[in-house]
Amino acid sequence: MADCNDTLRELEAFLDHELSGPALQAIRAHLDGCLDCLQAFDFHAELKMVIAQKCRNDEMPPSLLAKIESCFGDDYLPGPASRSADATTD
Amino acid sequence: MADRATFASDAMQYAPQLYSAAMRMTRNGADAEDLVQETYLRAYRSFATFEEGTNLRAWLFRILTNTFINTYRAKQRRPQETDLGDLEDLYMYKRISNLNQASRSAEDQLFDVFTDDEVKAALEDLPDNFRLPVILADVQDFSYKEIAEILDIPIGTVMSRLHRGRKAMQKRLVDFARERGIIPADESELEPTSEVPIHG
Repeated sequence: MADCNDTLRELEAFLDHELSGPALQAIRAHLDGCLDCLQAFDFHAELKMVIAQKCRNDEMPPSLLAKIESCFGDDYLPGPASRSADATTD
Repeated sequence: MADRATFASDAMQYAPQLYSAAMRMTRNGADAEDLVQETYLRAYRSFATFEEGTNLRAWLFRILTNTFINTYRAKQRRPQETDLGDLEDLYMYKRISNLNQASRSAEDQLFDVFTDDEVKAALEDLPDNFRLPVILADVQDFSYKEIAEILDIPIGTVMSRLHRGRKAMQKRLVDFARERGIIPADESELEPTSEVPIHG
């Protein structure tokens, strides 16, 4: 049975979905019965989500798609990603 | 060559993600655009080395990070390979959980505590060797194994850099919260030796 120290040591691996099998079971079993550890895990899970949401919300300049396409040869046909930049679709 | 065109078309869907990652790496829009464009140019040229059925997204991020490290990083004025001072584990949690009791009613308000700019700054202020793993793990959801392959470092190194990078980022967020008076500046109960501001 994992104690609090064992559990907190695996906090990041757990939240990064890098644990499996008995290691994962041991952490889950501990969290089921330990409110202190559960709160710490919840906090870091939320923090990870906040970081992800706030750090990948950059709006890509529409002109960049055209620049990227200019890197490709003449055989390249614009796909859905670049067509969506045009307003004229029917 | 038809499958080269298919490749280009498949690769386009990752442009917004690559741009976001490039923004966190270069810290400015013009360089981020150049970096993404250069990444697609290199990807298109070395398309022959891409094995179909393998992870296209990870392959593009590998080209992105390599291009950043080899080309753009040289222009950056900030330190590249730096060590971070050690911090106690759960550094931020121990300080922000006080906030929970005082002025926050529910845990799910952490999103509202920090502005987008503060979270971005906390990440962008990390030295490269810590910032790149954190971008790949926390912002782009890559696994340790994928990050190890993208950055060409052992998995153990990925884990230790993530651990220390995240702690340093959390320290920065605590500093922001303190500067704005969200949490008290005086933490003598927690850290008896920290009466002198760390960023004096």
